[in-house]
Amino acid sequence: MSSLSLVGVSHHVAPVELRERVALDLDAAAALAREVGDAVCLSTCNRTELYVADEDDGRAAAALNRLAGDSLDGVAYRLHDDAAAVHLFRVAAGLDSLVPGEAEILGQVREAFEAVEPGPLLDRVFRQALAVGKRVRAETAIGESPASVSSAAAALAAQVFGDLTGRRVLLVGAGRIGALAAGNLASRGAEIAFVANRSSQAAQRVAQRFGATAVGLDELETALGTVDVVVAATGAPGTVVTAADVPERRRRPLFLIDIAVPRDLDPAIASLGGCFLYDIDDLEAVVAETIAGRRAEAVRAEQLVAEEAERFRTWRASLDVVPAIASLRAYAEQIRAGELAKLGGRVSERERRTLESVTQQILNKLLHVPTVRLKEAAAGADGASYADAVRHLFGLEDS
Amino acid sequence: MVEALFWPALLGYGEAAFAYASVRTSRAATWGVRLGWLAQTALLAAQAARAGGFPWTSWSGSLDLFVWLVVAAYLVWGCRPRFRLLGLAVMPPAAALFVVARLDGGFSAAAHARYSSVFLVVHVGFVLAAFAGFTLAAGLASLYLWEEGRLKRRAPDILRLRLPPLAALERLTRQTIAVSLPLLTLGLAAGIVRLREDGLSLDALEALTLATWGVYGAILLTRPSGRRGAYLALGGFALVVVARLVLSAGHFA
Repeated sequence: MSSLSLVGVSHHVAPVELRERVALDLDAAAALAREVGDAVCLSTCNRTELYVADEDDGRAAAALNRLAGDSLDGVAYRLHDDAAAVHLFRVAAGLDSLVPGEAEILGQVREAFEAVEPGPLLDRVFRQALAVGKRVRAETAIGESPASVSSAAAALAAQVFGDLTGRRVLLVGAGRIGALAAGNLASRGAEIAFVANRSSQAAQRVAQRFGATAVGLDELETALGTVDVVVAATGAPGTVVTAADVPERRRRPLFLIDIAVPRDLDPAIASLGGCFLYDIDDLEAVVAETIAGRRAEAVRAEQLVAEEAERFRTWRASLDVVPAIASLRAYAEQIRAGELAKLGGRVSERERRTLESVTQQILNKLLHVPTVRLKEAAAGADGASYADAVRHLFGLEDS
Repeated sequence: MVEALFWPALLGYGEAAFAYASVRTSRAATWGVRLGWLAQTALLAAQAARAGGFPWTSWSGSLDLFVWLVVAAYLVWGCRPRFRLLGLAVMPPAAALFVVARLDGGFSAAAHARYSSVFLVVHVGFVLAAFAGFTLAAGLASLYLWEEGRLKRRAPDILRLRLPPLAALERLTRQTIAVSLPLLTLGLAAGIVRLREDGLSLDALEALTLATWGVYGAILLTRPSGRRGAYLALGGFALVVVARLVLSAGHFA
């Protein structure tokens, strides 16, 4: 039977200093896989793993040691056969990720697989892993909730407005955190309309990045009247926007995100009609809740992985008996064809066709039960001995 | 024999009324709604065939038809995973009213003799269809108020609940009213024309239905947004409840 081996390091066992030494881009990972043999190399910021269709994982381990510039014994994990397959299924499902259910890993598994031309075993296990990843995302809600403060802010804005396309955003502050939150909103289609900051130079720089207009803090009130979302993240020691600065909302709600500490937005804004105000604590509470939800969904996802692992195990076990079944069928077909050939011209063409059909049906019926029983035995522990028995009984050893 | 279709319909609606309580069973709930509605459709068709016309003019008969229309309207707008809580708002009362209609005797062919089927379809059918639409709009408005309150209070589980966005709820409420109001206009007009022909004056039900028309007309005209729009939709629905459950008894007596 073909063996599957895995050697790898991940965020569970290796610090970033080590992971960055073994991290490879897609081309380098594919080259390493080819160098090792029939292999696939999955390398992301959280893991570098070599999956090899070989019982001996020595070459894969040596390759990783060489990348690390040191021995990875005691750090790298080495898994074989079903355990290696289950690990890959969990990785593809996002269950082994830092944030359970993160979606990016499935694409990375696909890219690693498609970058090489693996043999039948790796082809099967990676295809099944991709199917597991898709199934987990389709049948559980593990990947549906945001896992960071900035993505939670964008998801909450979408909960108010629906599609964010064309929604106008005012970014107060020109720092990295605010720009990250604004970037998340922009990635959902929102338009970053204004960047307000004490320093006009910094405001200009960030505004240019988003194609927005830079404004001074004294122009905030005017800008507030024309936007749907406000992201505040300045380093100011006190309130930057008071409730009195917010124009009355008649038809359009206003969603305000305050990720600054101390807070930039007056908490009294929350009580204004049509205004929704979330500060950093609120956002972190939402993230904590959604991550808890992801963990609950992860339990269901693990069940799906277990089901798929069982399917893989059955498939792998069936490889024990497939050659015996193929030989048995070839042997029977050889006898059938030989006996029909002996008839020569003694039968008409019509009678020959009838005989072909009848003998084929007899053969299929006779071989159906042994074939099924052999596959069932393969799913247990007796596959190899049953296959040997069939070869012995029908004299297939010499064929 | 065809009356036995009541049971699969009730089973479907009843299952949905409970299954919408959990995200996991909401798909089964939606199938309950679909199958229950198909069973009730077959039941109503059989009743119409047996009566040879429009047999739902009695209080309980029209309630039966009303339930069917409410569930039909729900199937158009609400049968999606994100609208699970709308199902939880709509299906329990629908199932309860379906039972009430049954206990009160269901359909009756008696009133059919006095009025033509065409008049009854236009008047009763359209008014009930409009009321069903307003019921669904009220469900959407309730969901809006509940979700808006949770967003305002910054409830941490707001994203886990997988609710429709507020903007979608507001838009659907308005669209449902926009579809329902012309039906109410047609149904009311048919009734008023008939009253004039018979030389009768407006009764309390007709007066209240006119007031309902006014409220929903004002909503479409002024397009109130946010909580104000949701409260107005619920105000209009309060009039529908009084009209449908209190005043409609004896309207065709």
